[in-house]
Amino acid sequence: MANLKELSHKPEHLAGGHRLCAGCGAPIVVRQVLMAADDPVVISNATGCLEVGTSIYPFTSWRVPWIHSAFENSAATISGVEAMYQSLRAQGKIPADKKIKFIAFGGDGGTYDIGLQSLSGALERGHDFVYICYDNGAYMNTGIQRSSSTPLGANTTTTPVGKVKQGKEQQRKDLAVIAAAHDIPYVAQASPAYWKDLIRKVKKALETPGACFLNITAPCHRGWRSKPEETVMLAKLAVTTCYWPLYEIENRKVKINFKPKEKIELTKWLERQGRFKHLFKPENAHIIEKLQKHVDDDWDRLQRMEKLDTIKL
Amino acid sequence: MSDESKSYKVLPIGGLIPKAGSSHDYNTGTWRSSRPVHNKDNCINCLFCWIYCPDSSVIVEDEKFSHFDYDHCKGCGICQFECPTKVKAITMESEDKYR
Repeated sequence: MANLKELSHKPEHLAGGHRLCAGCGAPIVVRQVLMAADDPVVISNATGCLEVGTSIYPFTSWRVPWIHSAFENSAATISGVEAMYQSLRAQGKIPADKKIKFIAFGGDGGTYDIGLQSLSGALERGHDFVYICYDNGAYMNTGIQRSSSTPLGANTTTTPVGKVKQGKEQQRKDLAVIAAAHDIPYVAQASPAYWKDLIRKVKKALETPGACFLNITAPCHRGWRSKPEETVMLAKLAVTTCYWPLYEIENRKVKINFKPKEKIELTKWLERQGRFKHLFKPENAHIIEKLQKHVDDDWDRLQRMEKLDTIKL
Repeated sequence: MSDESKSYKVLPIGGLIPKAGSSHDYNTGTWRSSRPVHNKDNCINCLFCWIYCPDSSVIVEDEKFSHFDYDHCKGCGICQFECPTKVKAITMESEDKYR
């Protein structure tokens, strides 16, 4: 596995000058993902912050072929590109030894919600591609509306905190497990704070034939109401509190890639984010308890799954 | 910088942008209210600043920190925050000093 000094020789595939916010988590994820690719890559991108921020006409930040068609069909678009590549190779129009990799990017809105059916279809058909969800936990691009990735209790513009409601009332949907239920060869969760783990996982996903899915946390300080400089720190805390465990499911076998020596209380992650400010009022203590219990239960479940020789979700 | 003055006849069909990475020509450095400043003496070249930079604005040459790309750095401060040395090799300074 390459260290940072070796990685620094890689070409920079994402140019500066994109219009994503200062301290945005998404481009950190993208830079690390593109560092993992040794072969030429083709990217498809769902509508979202990443797409909008990197392609304001007449500029593009991408130094690799990149296509955007709509919000809901990043996975369908890359399916078509991949199928065309397979066809042209079979016809001899692309040399048989010319390897090209296919990556689809989507935010949590374009993946958990709007793009779920096209993602499910592409996973089921088994196209040879990697889907990467950069998950910032709400529709940040349009002004912080809740998504099915938003954690319980978070204050968003569609789950506002007032006299009656105290933020989102549902827990986050576990998309990695939903992807794994398609019985695809490789599913993983990663965090840009753990760059070595992230790059290794992307490499593995790119090398694995068939459809692979990666869910990567990408803190958004505008939506999370956190400090811009704390983006990477929050991506790390998400892991050490076990809110965002680093694990992979390879051919039905679960492996946890990082087990914190001491599991940090979830409040340490919550208190750095203004979207959870109201939870620290005494009358909302039960919401924090509920969130903590959900995280604890998921962590226990994951550890139990790891002990099994094989799982079928 | 902008193609506003060009007619549709000379623009590529379908909104294609033929020049890869052309956002490099767009200066987001103007967004900055404070800038990271590098102190070579404290730097251990761990390159954490480089791997965590959202704006590809930490330039590394020969496996060592070379300089900040102030044309694109937005001054988020992640590099300063993540700098692991006891006395930080990166400090944030108000942009006013440089105007």
